Amino acid sequence: MISRIAWRNLWRNRRRSIIMLSAISLGIWGMIWMTALMRGMVDQMIDSSIETLSGHIQIHAPGYMDDPSIEYLLPPLNKSPALQKLLASDEVVAWSERIRVPAVIRSERDVYAVTLVGIDPARERGLSFIAESITQGSYLSSVNDNRLLLGKKLVERLETRLNRRVVLMSQDPDNNITERGFRIGGIFETSLQATETAYVFAGIETVRELLKSGPGVSEISLLGQDYRNLDSLLEKTRSAASYADVQTWLQLDPYLGSLLGVMDGFVLIWFIVIFLALSFGLVNTLMMAVFERTREIGLIQALGMKPSYILLMILIESIAMLLIGLTAGNVLSWLTILPLKNGIDVSAVASGLEWAGMSSTLVPAVKTYDVVLANAVVLVLGLLASLFPAWRASRKVPIEAITRVWQ
Amino acid sequence: MKNTAVECHHLDKVFKQGNLSVNALTGIDIEILSGEFVCLSGPSGSGKTTLLNMVGGLDQPTAGEITVAGQRLDTMTALQRADLRLHHIGFVFQAYNLIPVLSARENVEFVMQLQGIEEKHRRSQALEILDQVGLSRMENRRPAELSGGQQQRVAVARAIVSRPELILADEPTANLDSANSDNLMELMRELNSNSRTTFIISTHDEGVMKFAKRLVRLHDGRIVGDESVES
Repeated sequence: MISRIAWRNLWRNRRRSIIMLSAISLGIWGMIWMTALMRGMVDQMIDSSIETLSGHIQIHAPGYMDDPSIEYLLPPLNKSPALQKLLASDEVVAWSERIRVPAVIRSERDVYAVTLVGIDPARERGLSFIAESITQGSYLSSVNDNRLLLGKKLVERLETRLNRRVVLMSQDPDNNITERGFRIGGIFETSLQATETAYVFAGIETVRELLKSGPGVSEISLLGQDYRNLDSLLEKTRSAASYADVQTWLQLDPYLGSLLGVMDGFVLIWFIVIFLALSFGLVNTLMMAVFERTREIGLIQALGMKPSYILLMILIESIAMLLIGLTAGNVLSWLTILPLKNGIDVSAVASGLEWAGMSSTLVPAVKTYDVVLANAVVLVLGLLASLFPAWRASRKVPIEAITRVWQ
Repeated sequence: MKNTAVECHHLDKVFKQGNLSVNALTGIDIEILSGEFVCLSGPSGSGKTTLLNMVGGLDQPTAGEITVAGQRLDTMTALQRADLRLHHIGFVFQAYNLIPVLSARENVEFVMQLQGIEEKHRRSQALEILDQVGLSRMENRRPAELSGGQQQRVAVARAIVSRPELILADEPTANLDSANSDNLMELMRELNSNSRTTFIISTHDEGVMKFAKRLVRLHDGRIVGDESVES
C-alpha cells in the first residue's frame, strides 16, 4: 500500500513530475553523452599512440631507451622460453618483434631523418596501424620484402612517389655507415602527419641485412586484453624477460597516462556538477510535494502510520522518480550515441588537435564504468537529497499537520 | 460490570502563543463507558476539538491523566500513541478525511493493511463494510469522484472496519447538508447499536445533538453539563 500511494502520488502533479523526470533524463544523458565524447577523444589519443607502434607493453634491451641504436638488441626469442610461453598465452592478444633504428632517407631531391623499423608484416597486422593504412601500393609480403613503406607526407617532402627509388642510410653494429637503395613499395596515410614523416618500414630480415646485425631485435611490442588493466601482464612480462627493460604504454607516453588520470577525475567532477543542478530540482519537487500533502500526512499519522513508513513512502516516490528518469536518460543516451558509432566529423577542429593524437573523426566511447558511475551518482546522491524532505515529512506532528482540518 | 472506554482526570491543556497562555481545557473529569454514544457540544473555542485530540492521542495534555482502552495515554511515547490509535481508535474528521490517490475500498483497507491483516480478508471486510454504509457500487471511485456525504460514509467505514473500541468524530457533518447529515448520524447510531463501539462526536449542530445518548456540554474549556438523553 505504501508503494501504491507513493507511485500514485508521483503522478498527482503530472506536469511537475514530467518536468523533473525530463531534468533527470537530460542530466543523465548529458553525463553519459559528454563523457562518451571525452572518453572517445582520449581513447583516440591512446589508440593512436598504441597503434602507432607502442602497443600496450614494450620490451627493450637495457640501454636502448637512452640510445635507440643497433648496439642494443634483445636476444632472439628462442633463447627465452619463458617469454615465448607468455607470448603464446591468451593474455597476449598480439605481439611482434621489430628492429628500430635511426636512419636517413634520401631521394634525388631531399634528405630526411627518420626511424627505420624492420617488421614482421604478418605479426604486425592487428598490432599496429601499418597494414590498415596503406593507400597506395601494397603492404609488405614477408620479412624478406625489400621494398619500403613510407608515409604520404614524407613522400611529398622527398618529392618522390610510389615505385621510385630512395636511399636509406644508417649505422651498423660496428658504427660504420651502411646504405642501400630501396624502391617505395607502399605509401601509408594516418591521422597524424608526424607519424607519416617519422617512420619508414621494411621487412625485418631486409633491415638486418642492411645493418649487418645478428638475430636480435630492438623491441618486442605486445597487446594485452585491456590497456587500462595491465598490472598482471606487466608483472608476468617482467618475470619472463628479467634481462630486459619492460615498460607499459603509460611509461612510454607519460603525457597520455597523466591525461587518463585527469580524465577520470574530470568525469567524476562533471557528474557531481550535473547532479548538484539536478538535486535542487529534486529536493524542491519533493519539498513541494510534502508541503502540499501536509494534511494527508497528518491524516495517515493520525490513523496510526508510523513515521518510518512515511519516510519510506517519500523515499519510494523519490526512487521511482529517479529510476524512471534514469531509464529514460539511458535510453536517450543509447539512441543518440548508437547512430554515431562510426564517428562524428570534427575535421573543422581536428587539425588544431592533431598534436594530441586526435583525428578528424571522433567516435564516442561509452564505457560501462562511466554509465554505472553516472547512474550510481544520480541514484545514491538523489536518494540522499530526498532524505531531507522525507525526514521532514516523517517528523510532522499529527496534530499540527491535521490542525488545518480539525479547526 | 461496566467497562470504561475513556477516563480523564483533572485534564488541563494550555496553549502558548508567544507570551500569552490560553487555557483550552481546565480540570476536565469525565468517564465514558464502552458502547456509549456521546456528543461533545459547545460553541467554537469551547475545547471540544482539543478534548478529542487528547483522547485520540494526537496531542498531549499539560496536566492530568487520560486512559483509553485501559492504557494511560499521557505517559506514552509518540510511537506508542500511534500504535494505540492504529489498533483501538477510529477517526472521522470534518474534511479531507480520505487519501486522495486511493479508491474508496483502498481507503477502507488502509488501516487494516497497517494492522497487517492479509489482503484477502482485508478486501472482503472492506467490501462488506462499504455495502453496510450504502456504497457497495462505489468501491473503485476515488474521493474526488464521491460527494461530500459519500466521502464521510467512506471515512466512517474506514473508522469502523477494524472494529476499534472507540470512534472519535470531530464535526463529521459540518460540510454536509441536513439530509446527508441525518443519514450519516443514523448510520453511526446504527453501528453503535450493532457493534457496541463507543462513539464520541463533537458538534455544535443541534441536529446532530438529537442523535446523542449522552450530551456533554463544554464552555471555555470546562465541562458545564453532562446528561443522558432519551432520543
